[in-house]
Amino acid sequence: MNALIHHFGALMEGFGVTLALIAVSTVLAFTGGTILACFRVSPIPLLQSIGAGYVDLFRNVPTAVVYFMTLFGFPQMGIRIGFFWAAVAALAIYYSAFFCEAVRSGINAIPAGQFEASRAIGLTFGRSLRFIVLPQAFRGMVPPLLNVFIALTKSTAIASAFGVAELLTRAEGVIGEESQAVLWVLGATSLLYLVITIPAGIIANTIEKRVAVLR
Amino acid sequence: MTTTQMYDVLGPHGEKKVRTSSRVFAAAIAAIAALVLYQLADHGQLSPHLWSALLDRDLMRSVLKGLLATIRCALVSIALSVVFGMVLTALRMSDNVILRSAVRVWVEIFRGLPLLLLIFFIFLGAPQFGVVVPTFWALTLGISLYNSAVMSEIFRAGIAALPRGQAEAAAAIGMRKTQILRIILLPQAIRIMLPALISQVVTIVKETSLGFVIGYTELLRSGRVAVEYLGGQYAIPVYVLIAAIYLLMNIALSKLARRIDASS
Repeated sequence: MNALIHHFGALMEGFGVTLALIAVSTVLAFTGGTILACFRVSPIPLLQSIGAGYVDLFRNVPTAVVYFMTLFGFPQMGIRIGFFWAAVAALAIYYSAFFCEAVRSGINAIPAGQFEASRAIGLTFGRSLRFIVLPQAFRGMVPPLLNVFIALTKSTAIASAFGVAELLTRAEGVIGEESQAVLWVLGATSLLYLVITIPAGIIANTIEKRVAVLR
Repeated sequence: MTTTQMYDVLGPHGEKKVRTSSRVFAAAIAAIAALVLYQLADHGQLSPHLWSALLDRDLMRSVLKGLLATIRCALVSIALSVVFGMVLTALRMSDNVILRSAVRVWVEIFRGLPLLLLIFFIFLGAPQFGVVVPTFWALTLGISLYNSAVMSEIFRAGIAALPRGQAEAAAAIGMRKTQILRIILLPQAIRIMLPALISQVVTIVKETSLGFVIGYTELLRSGRVAVEYLGGQYAIPVYVLIAAIYLLMNIALSKLARRIDASS
């Protein structure tokens, strides 16, 4: 317990880095995922297969492999972006595939009549997606999006294996100094992760129920 | 795909548009691919001796060993998480409020924590109680506990999809709750759950890769060891190989899931 109070600052610094990792990579992955989802529902076969190929590739490979690629593969290609940004790149690349599937499931849940009506008033494909379909699809998408967000949050912990100074790395550091406080430190670290993931899960469940009632 | 509803069958004008934009995008992709290849070649990453290192017999042997370790860990984890998941499902259906809410707390916590943290709890926490857990069991138990929550969700959804009459009829002929679950509900629910179960198996196979953090030499760690031994310039070829193995394994599993899904 004393160890915890003593090293509270270090843990909080790590928590800050974790939050930054989550925020930046969620924005990037969500953007990438939305673009990929638009590819997958577009009328152009080439884009459809690019979207599908991307999703199939990254859904079947462990997150850690992508981390290895961005951390050790990129520098070999002359791309040197530092550990933090390499971790962001790994998470963004990987979770784009999962955000894509969440967005696509939302788009597919929109009744066909909406597309037909937007075509009937002369909107192009891109515009009917932007003005008619995506705004409506968003409500149904929120629960799966939050689930992907939770998964992303948990995956940031893998960055600790590569020396990114995030929460779990800091926790390991504290454990290294105060080995008798292992359980306290890990417990406190757990609480910090749960502070993000449990509210996200509860919001997802509530919205899911509400959407189910609306349909 | 159910996307035909999104656009009309294309007329000549539309087809022309699709053809033009296909060409534009194909050109853009070719440009990106060329840039990547140029970047790789510029840093000597395409030189044949880097990639032919993958055919080295020692490398192949250690990767194969890693693959076997991955499969072993995945199989044990799958079996254990199914067992844990079943226990949780049974507890969840109990009449005891305390038990039910305990299960809910369990599920929420294990769904909300990073797997790596759980593995550390076991790997670093158990020695506090005088128990030293080997890396294999730290990894496997971590994965199993982590997935027990997901498994119980899958079981619950599968059972909820069965007609109510099944459980009621079983109760009417005097079966106990555990009997109903074991003899009547689970065997029928398994068919419904199989696709979800297999996609969870894919997730578990991916999760075994975290073994590299605690020093269990599975597939990913065998690749890392190879890169450390051969030198950093081999990172891209080796990790491409490792990724390809995971990809093949998991795509085969997904294909299996799709086939089962189509047949039921």
